[in-house]
Amino acid sequence: MNKNEIVIKTDKLTKKFGDFVAANEITFEVYKGEIFGFLGANGAGKTTAMKMLIGISKPSFGKANIAGFDIYKETEKIKKSIGYMSQKFSLYEDLTIRENIQFFGGVYGLNDNEIVSAGNKLIDKLGLHDEADKLVGSLPLGWKQKLSFSIAILHNPKIVFLDEPTGGVDPITRRQFWDMIYEAADNGITVFVTTHYMDEAEYCHRVSIMVDGVIKALDSPEQLKKHYNAESMDEVFLMLARSAKRGE
Amino acid sequence: MKAVVLENIVKTYKTKKSTVTAVDDVSFSVEEGELFGLIGPDGAGKTSIFRILTTLLLADKGSAKVLGLDVVDDYKKIRDIVGYMPGKFSLYTDLTVEENLEFFATIFNTTIKENYDLVADIYKQLEPFKTRRAGKLSGGMKQKLALSCALIHKPKILFLDEPTTGVDPVSRKEFWEMLKRLKAQGISILVSTPYMDEAKLCDRIALIQNGKIMKIDTPQNIVNQFGKNLYAVHSEKMFNLLNDLRDYKKTESCYAFGENHHLSMKDEEYNLDEIKSYLEEKGHRRATIKKIDPGIEDCFMQLMKK
Repeated sequence: MNKNEIVIKTDKLTKKFGDFVAANEITFEVYKGEIFGFLGANGAGKTTAMKMLIGISKPSFGKANIAGFDIYKETEKIKKSIGYMSQKFSLYEDLTIRENIQFFGGVYGLNDNEIVSAGNKLIDKLGLHDEADKLVGSLPLGWKQKLSFSIAILHNPKIVFLDEPTGGVDPITRRQFWDMIYEAADNGITVFVTTHYMDEAEYCHRVSIMVDGVIKALDSPEQLKKHYNAESMDEVFLMLARSAKRGE
Repeated sequence: MKAVVLENIVKTYKTKKSTVTAVDDVSFSVEEGELFGLIGPDGAGKTSIFRILTTLLLADKGSAKVLGLDVVDDYKKIRDIVGYMPGKFSLYTDLTVEENLEFFATIFNTTIKENYDLVADIYKQLEPFKTRRAGKLSGGMKQKLALSCALIHKPKILFLDEPTTGVDPVSRKEFWEMLKRLKAQGISILVSTPYMDEAKLCDRIALIQNGKIMKIDTPQNIVNQFGKNLYAVHSEKMFNLLNDLRDYKKTESCYAFGENHHLSMKDEEYNLDEIKSYLEEKGHRRATIKKIDPGIEDCFMQLMKK
């Protein structure tokens, strides 16, 4: 992690839907190569905030700079500098692994040569030679998630956004997935991740906890546990999220 | 009488190119009044088992009974006495909260009023939103409504397929408290979950992976059978620590577990001082190693590798 280089900076970022303030004056910074856990209860406003950060939802007011680009004026540049993966929408099941690589490589703006070389590297690394020309739909879930993460960072983005990437995945694969996250962060890619597994919150350099549209706490897991006099991040989370008033 | 009995159940799905065995010779039983958990990741076969027991799917082989009734011969009777909450939200999204509940009460020849006491605890939280369409509810609220609808005909047994998946830790905790209260009323419950920390809230559990049951017992007995010392190791550089511990010659396995790594050693002799000095050589100056009790997740991972 490089604390001298800030890749996400928000200042009072707010999103309103009518009278409802989904995200309320969110202010925080994320560093290069940091693993940043973005936590919150269902309905706390995480998805709303994330949609603004990746440039697909316009804020009501406030400022933000993502990977060096303005969140209002340079959303297309933001999209090229980030990777995104979610549990629900990951890859095209009726395309093969190689076809998915080609497709997403193209979407992320790589040229044909870059796609071939990055794709071969990816297939080597995951040991998927025998599966490369098989449909993604035939892979076990754990493999899909690992593949989908690898494709999200195929273009070596500055930031990768992961929305509950490990839901329903078996415990060993879940850890292999985190090995990949660590490695990406070591290579300087900032990882912005949401999860409902509180043990995974402990793997983050810092985490924020959102309650009712507001960031209620932001620090390293160690400091948060100290501050709230808690044994685990699970306890910290329960303490903060229990105070939620929002009627979902 | 047993609440559920499965004997040698096999279920395969065929596609043009391949055959997938979703449930591979599974046998287990659930006692009446028991809270029984099927614990395993996506694709383990949990949903197929639920669908066979709720008479929505025929097994290729084997037999299954719910409260003494056969899932094939007595399927109509079974449908009257079970409550089923599928993993995928399956209520009518364009009906309101109240209309959904009323609908399910009516098709089971009862009324909300008649069994209100059973759902009151859960439904009370939904009542302020009772005129809202089900499709417009948040995840936690949908889950509560689905449980209410599964309960409104006073079933003798509840089948809950991953009721807490994708639900935040606070709502998950509340949900399990509700299950405990339902169990206290004598309802047998079969519940599945991919969250290993929920296993300890069940009376007994089956650990399931790739269609096969790896172990069935009480959570405590499963943990007791881990059969190895387990250590929690911590240092300032956790990612390096993970790799360094895995490289250590006497290490059997090392996995990240929240703020610590869990380390187990091969069956040969080892001593902790030796491990500590190895770690010091690798630059971990203030590493701590502490013996701990394994959890269900440790056991699950150990069994997966067998």
